[in-house]
Amino acid sequence: MIKTDILIIGAGPTGLFAVFEAGLLKLKCHLIDALPQPGGQCSEIYPKKPIYDIPAYPEILAGDLTTKLLEQIASFQPGFTLGERAETIEKLGDDTFIVTTNKGTKHHAPIIAIAGGLGSFEPRKPPIPNIANFEDAGVEYIIRDPEMYRNKKVVIAGGGDSALDWAIFLTDVAAEVSLVHRRNEFRGALDSVDKVQELKDAGKINMITPAEVTGVLGDKKVTGVSITKNGKEEIVLEVDHFIPLFGLSPKLGPIANWGLDIEKNAIKVNNALDYQTNIPGIYAIGDVNTYPGKLKLILCGFHEATLMCQSAYKRIHPNKKYVMKYTTVGGVEGFDGSKKEAPKAVIKKIE
Amino acid sequence: MSDISIKITDRNGTLHKIQAPTDMAMNIMEIVRSYELAEEGTIGVCGGMAMCASCQCYVNSNHELPEMSPDEDLMLAEAFHVKANSRLGCQIHINEALDGLEIELAPES
Repeated sequence: MIKTDILIIGAGPTGLFAVFEAGLLKLKCHLIDALPQPGGQCSEIYPKKPIYDIPAYPEILAGDLTTKLLEQIASFQPGFTLGERAETIEKLGDDTFIVTTNKGTKHHAPIIAIAGGLGSFEPRKPPIPNIANFEDAGVEYIIRDPEMYRNKKVVIAGGGDSALDWAIFLTDVAAEVSLVHRRNEFRGALDSVDKVQELKDAGKINMITPAEVTGVLGDKKVTGVSITKNGKEEIVLEVDHFIPLFGLSPKLGPIANWGLDIEKNAIKVNNALDYQTNIPGIYAIGDVNTYPGKLKLILCGFHEATLMCQSAYKRIHPNKKYVMKYTTVGGVEGFDGSKKEAPKAVIKKIE
Repeated sequence: MSDISIKITDRNGTLHKIQAPTDMAMNIMEIVRSYELAEEGTIGVCGGMAMCASCQCYVNSNHELPEMSPDEDLMLAEAFHVKANSRLGCQIHINEALDGLEIELAPES
């Protein structure tokens, strides 16, 4: 069981900054995220795109914002449960919570802060009529264990970075790798495209373009796929695995069943006070919440995270006196023993 | 600068006749969101960077539209339910020439 003061669901910019504000109040944080890396949309969807409305950064790349936030919170030693989705919540008799992920990891905390953005990222599944029958029987939307493809025949569909990168990677593992895409052009990084070209020329990747997988063949497990090439020609390709990689789309998911007040796919919170939900002890901050006048901006998420932490402190320490202290005055004392503080003024006498 | 009229058929098949401003640098995806014609969180997921295809729509009138950028073309190449008249709403900017435009939102995916 992982124990912490504030359990943050979602490791996007808002969730990451909450760790800093909590750290100033000597509260420890642990973050859960369905993605394998922190940063949320900033690292998953648009890491190379600039953001222009982060105060004091005239321009910062979304990926760099994530890096800077991780640097800023490092001394507060947040814990991470990555690649797992928060699935269920249980309220205990002492008003604390246990959150369990889809992989069974349990987390215990008195405060839950949902910073889930638009939800957890789920793979987009192509609308092939019988595809659902083959999930985990040869159709995989996410590659979890590349070893399962050793010496197998694999077909990947998609035109972005993950399709290219996995096609490249699996040439060293699988017996046969085919890549199907509706265009001859690919959206991925240039060096990945070059590498695939090289592997295609060397006969290691079987490129089928412009084409689309239109059917999955097999009885209980995948034995092949049917492919429509050039919009008409039908090809049957014998394969053991079909891996459609068409990106991820966010879904609110299991959080929708936690008994929280939900409106327009977002969680209603008390914006007059502390961004608490209808369940005391559970807060929602950043893009995942809604209230009159809500704006889904990173900078608004930072503000919400800050107020949430003050409220969380009062909930955890109801009788302890505290007033907010400026970091310039109080410095930043990390849980790792580090201390950052303003240099002491040098006093010198004038003779 | 004046408003233009646009007909939008939502994902439930309901037709909406709406007015869109031409002076706010808005696009079709944003107009759909401003009138709440698609559930929040199911459209404009990437914010309008042609990186998610959640604002795919079918253009049913003969208006001359801006040419597709390679970004839009390749994003549509990975979208589902794509037709010959598919476009990404976030890449169609509202201007006077689009008065009378008729579009239909593609299914959520």
